[in-house]
Amino acid sequence: MKASTSKQQSAPSALNPGFILKKAVISAAVALVLFSLMVGLRTEAGPSGQLIYWTRFGDLATMVAGVFLGSIAMELLRHWWGPVGTDRFVPPVVRSGIAVAGRLVAPVLLVFTLLVPVIFYNQRYILDLGILVLTYVMLGWGLNVVVGLAGLLDLGYVAFYAVGAYSYALLATNFDLSFWVCLPLAGILAALWGVLLGFPVLRLRGDYLAIVTLAFGEIIRLVIINWQSLTGGPNGVSGIPRPTLFGIPLTADEDGLAAKLGIEYSPTHRIVFLFYLILALALLTNWVTIRLRRLPIGRAWEALREDEVACRALGINTTTTKLTAFATGAMFGGFAGAFFATRQGFISPESFTFQESALVLAIVVLGGMGSQLGVALSALAMIGGFELFRSLEGYRMLVFGMAMVLIMIWRPRGLIGHRAPTVYLTKAHAISSDLVKEGHG
Amino acid sequence: MSRDQILEVDRLTMRFGGIVAVQDLSFAAERKKITALIGPNGAGKTTVFNCITGFYKPSGGAIRLSHDDGKVIALERLNDFRIAKQAKVARTFQNIRLFPGMTALENLMVAQHNALMRASGFTLLGLIGAPVYRDAEKRAIDLATDWLKRVNLLDRADDAAGNFAYGDQRRLEIARAMCTEPALLCLDEPAAGLNARESAALSELLLSIRNELGTSILLIEHDMSVVMEISDHIVVMDHGVKIAEGSPREVRDDPKVIAAYLGTDEEEAVAVMESGS
Repeated sequence: MKASTSKQQSAPSALNPGFILKKAVISAAVALVLFSLMVGLRTEAGPSGQLIYWTRFGDLATMVAGVFLGSIAMELLRHWWGPVGTDRFVPPVVRSGIAVAGRLVAPVLLVFTLLVPVIFYNQRYILDLGILVLTYVMLGWGLNVVVGLAGLLDLGYVAFYAVGAYSYALLATNFDLSFWVCLPLAGILAALWGVLLGFPVLRLRGDYLAIVTLAFGEIIRLVIINWQSLTGGPNGVSGIPRPTLFGIPLTADEDGLAAKLGIEYSPTHRIVFLFYLILALALLTNWVTIRLRRLPIGRAWEALREDEVACRALGINTTTTKLTAFATGAMFGGFAGAFFATRQGFISPESFTFQESALVLAIVVLGGMGSQLGVALSALAMIGGFELFRSLEGYRMLVFGMAMVLIMIWRPRGLIGHRAPTVYLTKAHAISSDLVKEGHG
Repeated sequence: MSRDQILEVDRLTMRFGGIVAVQDLSFAAERKKITALIGPNGAGKTTVFNCITGFYKPSGGAIRLSHDDGKVIALERLNDFRIAKQAKVARTFQNIRLFPGMTALENLMVAQHNALMRASGFTLLGLIGAPVYRDAEKRAIDLATDWLKRVNLLDRADDAAGNFAYGDQRRLEIARAMCTEPALLCLDEPAAGLNARESAALSELLLSIRNELGTSILLIEHDMSVVMEISDHIVVMDHGVKIAEGSPREVRDDPKVIAAYLGTDEEEAVAVMESGS
């Protein structure tokens, strides 16, 4: 609030001690009001239930003084530097280096991912984390079709993840169907639910669409909880068959893969197999999405995000275009759900709460809506990064939230904010995110 | 409906609650001709456009479109995208509606959506990269290139449309509408905000669309220099009703038109009308 005006005033003019002092005093006063209750006063329930409290005025004074001095220091820095641009911090050589590195990120990341099971063969924890990250990469890429390309804000994506997971779990446990038969079925069923959700929400835009999709996610979860005879209710479905390598189970049995290959059985085999399975599924999602973007349907999705009225004036059926976006996104969610079920061996409604939807949406938004690489990077940062902060224990969520706030301030359109054109005559120029619309339902 | 009429508006009425925006309006647009719809601000011109292009459902009356093969389509019964898709009516907007985050070429490719959808076997053939689709895409790019050349934007084909200057955006929007290969092109104030040189280029472009491609044009315009120069037929509206129609010369000399445009101050009206001749 104050920062923007002071920046314009103080930068070109002479040092103004009165203004700086006034700003510091105001900041310190705000800090005093905020922290006097949060830090200055500590209350707790005593042994017999009574309220005991004690004061921490020393800590309070330190914090307020810190804000006061920090505010002065900020203003002085602002005065010396003037208006700050990125080129001030990052010299051109480094920036061109970053640009070159930027082009190499995707292939390097892919090769590294392929080698993860080789490098970390003996580290089960890393392999499990890798599988988790890849699951979210896939979910992010799936939701990216709906949110990033078509510009339809979907807060209930977890519903399709749940439909996929339960489709596989129930088909496999009740009808003994193999994973490879169930996988496409799970995708188709999820896509069907995507269309079912799509129909009622076609007329809705923006906030209203978000609320209805949010409700849809909850409805699916509540139906799963309450339809006990089919889904087992809160107890979930257990004993979900593990995937097989085209019929060959990855077990220690005589007909298992290890025995057939004549090597010693290790439980890591299955983990590695699952790793490559989800990698293949995620890459399939990526490949299909990249292809679709260059096809008329993908261009229509993006055009829909840019301007729905213009789409109709060009003869594009916006209804089917939206439905195909919902169905495609849901299908990938369903695949990921089926994988989740086979990996866990047990699923329950607890895995499909709104928090999952929010997390996947955060991955898409943080990555840069519409950018495949951005989504992959942000899934890595969000899931992998969250694990990195494990040592911080109670402060983990705090640090994580702060990191997200900072990233969104610096890169409001996500890690990769620009859009690559789908077709070009001479040269594909990246399109600045300032021009690309976010869509409004 | 006679054979050389492409569009017939028959007693069109459009009400918004108690307000009658257009009342019993009847006129016809001739095939391969440029018909202009003019009138003071608030006369109901854009409402007529929105009824023709399906953005409003008329409260009464009929709008008939006849294709070259003699097929007659009742536009008031088709809704939104079908008018563009089946009746082949394309339009531009008063406040330009390009896809700002897509390149000029992409904008023109989106315009060919329906043709490309069929060629891509509704995505399935395209997904596997069938040669049928690749050929169709090549043809679509050729058509788009051709139009970029016509509107003089070929060197900016790969730039985002949102970065274009105002006049360039107007021309690109016309090119985009033409890429749908329409039978009738409806332009809502194409010369608004253009300077004299750009207006002259626009007139030339519209004449070439009529003469070389034989596309019928219906246009709303305030810029009298453009209207008087290129129109074959002019319909004048005021307060939702038609007050005059005829050739540019007839309309220019009509006292009712002059009065509508500038109240009763006929001297000024004559001055405005003549500035366009």
